[in-house]
Amino acid sequence: MIYREAGQFKTSYASDQAVFPIVQDRVFVLAAVVAAFVVPPLIAGDYWLQAILIPFLIYALAAIGLNLLTGYAGQLSLGTGGFMAVGAYSAFKLTTAFPQLSIIAVFLLSGLAAAAIGLLFGIPSLRIKGFYLAVATLAAQFFLIWLFNKVAWFTNYASSGTITAPDRTVLGVTVTGPNAPAAARYVMALAFVAVFALVAKNLVRGRIGRSWMAIRDRDIAAEIIGVRPLRTKLLAFGISSFYCGVAGAELVFLYLGSAETLAFDINQSFLVLFMVIIGGLGSILGSWLGAAFIILLPIFLTRLPHSLGLTMSVALQKQIELMIFGGLILFFLIVEPHGLARLWQIGKEKLRLWPFPH
Amino acid sequence: MTWRVALVGIVALAVAAGPWVTRVQAAGEIFIPLLVYRTGPYAPNGIPIANGAIDYFTLVNERDGGVNGVKIAFEECEDQYDTKQGVECYERLKTKNPVLVNPYSTGITYQLIPKAPVDKVVVHSMGYGMTATADGRWFPWVFNFPMTYWSQASAFVKYVAAQEGGMDKLKGKKIAHIYHNSPYGKEANPTLEELARRHAFELTLLAVDHPGQEQKATWLQIRRLNPDWIYISGWGVMNQVAIKEAAAIGFKMDRVVGNWWTGTEVDVIPAGDAAKGYKSMNFNAPGAGFKVHQDINKFLYDKGKGAGRRDGIGEVLYNRMVVNAMLNVEAIRTAMTKHGNKPLTGEQVRWGFENLNLTEKRLEELGMKGMMRPLRVTCENHEGNGQAFVQQWDGKKWNVVSDWIEPIREVVRPKLEAAAVDEAKKLGYTMRDCAKEK
Repeated sequence: MIYREAGQFKTSYASDQAVFPIVQDRVFVLAAVVAAFVVPPLIAGDYWLQAILIPFLIYALAAIGLNLLTGYAGQLSLGTGGFMAVGAYSAFKLTTAFPQLSIIAVFLLSGLAAAAIGLLFGIPSLRIKGFYLAVATLAAQFFLIWLFNKVAWFTNYASSGTITAPDRTVLGVTVTGPNAPAAARYVMALAFVAVFALVAKNLVRGRIGRSWMAIRDRDIAAEIIGVRPLRTKLLAFGISSFYCGVAGAELVFLYLGSAETLAFDINQSFLVLFMVIIGGLGSILGSWLGAAFIILLPIFLTRLPHSLGLTMSVALQKQIELMIFGGLILFFLIVEPHGLARLWQIGKEKLRLWPFPH
Repeated sequence: MTWRVALVGIVALAVAAGPWVTRVQAAGEIFIPLLVYRTGPYAPNGIPIANGAIDYFTLVNERDGGVNGVKIAFEECEDQYDTKQGVECYERLKTKNPVLVNPYSTGITYQLIPKAPVDKVVVHSMGYGMTATADGRWFPWVFNFPMTYWSQASAFVKYVAAQEGGMDKLKGKKIAHIYHNSPYGKEANPTLEELARRHAFELTLLAVDHPGQEQKATWLQIRRLNPDWIYISGWGVMNQVAIKEAAAIGFKMDRVVGNWWTGTEVDVIPAGDAAKGYKSMNFNAPGAGFKVHQDINKFLYDKGKGAGRRDGIGEVLYNRMVVNAMLNVEAIRTAMTKHGNKPLTGEQVRWGFENLNLTEKRLEELGMKGMMRPLRVTCENHEGNGQAFVQQWDGKKWNVVSDWIEPIREVVRPKLEAAAVDEAKKLGYTMRDCAKEK
């Protein structure tokens, strides 16, 4: 009833090819974005912004990045943590070497640095596929982390080997470093992920995205119809690593404040890959849902017994959390192997007919 | 299909609603958050630490009715020794107005150091964290007394010299440092390098990657190198593996010395008899023979209020946290002499930390005579005047085998002050004038 597209006639190609062809979708997404910019900074406390929303936004960006590569272009990668580390360390080097440089430019440049490294490690994808490629990207993960741990130049010779985000401002507001208010950091993270999600959405429905999907679905067929595998695959690696690099820079500058290489270990790669798989391969919305699932659900599960008035030891609580979380992952993969995004799609189909299903 | 939809709905709702749930803290108490790791790869180390904290704070509440009548409230939060979860824990518990925090993880400490002056929460990283923060002129909010890693490393070198027969005998000796490849493990390196230059001993640095289960290559290098002494900065499973590997290559156990995080019961027991003779640094005496342990037994465990098992009392890390909790309480008590016996703010407690003067007499009153050294903290020196000793595992328990060793302060302190300037610059701090603080 509410979600009806009857009467919405597309009279031009432009309206037919819009990002959100249905008016309700358009209104909802626009309202959600506006609300995301306005409401949390006004009403949410430090805990909400700092511990929940900011990591969620950052991981959503990383998940979108990996989804472009794995979901759309079909190249399985376990190097996400490594590419995020490249972004983080180059952002640190850039901003300490050129303090005058706007932090936004620093983030974008560190994304480019990550893209360059991504291109390099994407080269094997031309010859190896599937699980074998995963192993090759795993090498990237281990090599990059080893490199940042080994070469003290990356940390400006800090004896501890950690990188620390200095105070940087955008339009006079401190957005990074310990003195930055959580709201400013949140808005910064949100702005980045909103813009890049839109870019990703447009990428995947245009020529590039279609060529990625062609490669994913059948690379030989794609080659025959004129998609160049070399360029397409490398582009996927480059753009995906760009996203991951920006996310990595944000992870240190907007969320953690200081980090060591351990923050980008193999578990990060798995975490982001799980987000993509659970959210839905080949779906931008899926990346958001996956990030929400992986980041928010454990926090909720930890606090559930407490809010139900049950008193139990924190260790037991944690074990239960891990069990339920694992169980839910299995549950969702069995119920909907195509991810949460597919569930939403099914729900949408039903909503269109509601309340008169035929 | 409906149940499926319902379940999906419930989960979605839960995800959205979960973090809203918070509890309000009772007024009239001082709140201390406990970041613990009772699960995960570092749980064997985390459990005695967590139990020690709860037992001591409960003891103060039960036996003395709190600190000068003000009860201590605390709440645990499980972080699995994971920095991100630790930050989430800290942010969650921050809503309850904590006055101080003991992170018990170098990673989390590094997160909290910049936040401390902003949130007005004292960070007490006892014997860990960032060494440079011992310069209180730059880092007013961070304390790492009774000792830092750098002081510890210098005490270790002094111990080696004493065993070899004097500082001049160090010349040409080979010392290997096997360290956890993380900020924590790297901490001791600059001091060891400096001392190696001064005393002309050969230092080899060998990194072991997290988590440290795989050390074959490292110990192969040790075999080839055949050092005179080995110093280990490890944590968790890395320690057990290192001790087993040392035994496997037949290295003389009494020449392997761990730092104070590399010498607890869970590190040596898995290696069995092979661990006999293994040494480690420490600043709190092991064993359950102190009066405070009798009190813990009497007021808590005899009444079924203990946090752990009775046989865990007196473990190295349990005692360490008891000492840590005692220092927290005494700092609060010191702050009360100035601000009155009421719930204090972080700012007031910070003053207490900075003016802490723990005398031999006070330690005796607390039932901890001999468990640690008297300690005095000042505005400039947040490390205090602590000393370390060496303990040795005899297959059943740890025994103290050295006197208290004074660190080589004339080497450590200037380096520390230089590092403090570097680190503080990164954070945009300015140096305060300690002459004006009172």
